[in-house]
Amino acid sequence: MSAMVRVRDLKLSLRAFIATYRWRRVNPVPCAPRREPLGACRVAVVSTAGLAPPGDTPFDDSVRGGDWSWRRIPDTVDVQSLEEHHRSDAFDHAGIAADRNLGMPLDRLRELANAGEIGSVAAIHVSMMGSITAPGRLVRDTLPAVADALVADGVDVVLLVPV
Amino acid sequence: MCHQVAGLAAAEIEPRGIATTSITILPEITAKIGVPRALEVPWPLGYPLGLPGDADLQRRVIRAALALTDRVGVPLVEPFVDEPAAP
Repeated sequence: MSAMVRVRDLKLSLRAFIATYRWRRVNPVPCAPRREPLGACRVAVVSTAGLAPPGDTPFDDSVRGGDWSWRRIPDTVDVQSLEEHHRSDAFDHAGIAADRNLGMPLDRLRELANAGEIGSVAAIHVSMMGSITAPGRLVRDTLPAVADALVADGVDVVLLVPV
Repeated sequence: MCHQVAGLAAAEIEPRGIATTSITILPEITAKIGVPRALEVPWPLGYPLGLPGDADLQRRVIRAALALTDRVGVPLVEPFVDEPAAP
């Protein structure tokens, strides 16, 4: 299962959506130089896999335009206990069902921190549900709160994981 | 859509002084939105870090993505080139 994914290879309904959807464009693209060597950096994951800690409010697939809320994932969580609420049929859910690290790779960050390849694992990580066709409230409310939480935790580097 | 959310998140996080790097399964979408740094991986949607249970591979992907934060010439999208297997 190793081949670059091109839009032309996706199923017809998804291709049609991609061709007609008015994608947001970020311009100019911002750039923050990394402040420290990676071995001294605090690293957080921001994922769109729709994962939530057990007992936390599930993402709501019935919200028109997409559920724009976010879940705080503590670094102490048992990764495989995370619950997946992403109901998009655009992707195969079997991989994340078998190993939540595909969407929220905290076990891997812990290993890299133990090996000294990164400085530390952030205390909080972020989960959103990616199927948001109307991102107004996401941009206005959710993402500033997410970014502020990462700053408050002293995060130096963010790994973004879209599924 | 997931790729758009990731790109919009980078646009909010990066101006606060935090360097971001993204996995991308759909580099065409990532390039359209405008993401500072992205690593293109060769797996289907739903498998951004490779194979379930393959911790070594997942670490190699994360290592490659994090290495892109050395770079300031953005936007950039680089393919994931796996390390050769040990003999």
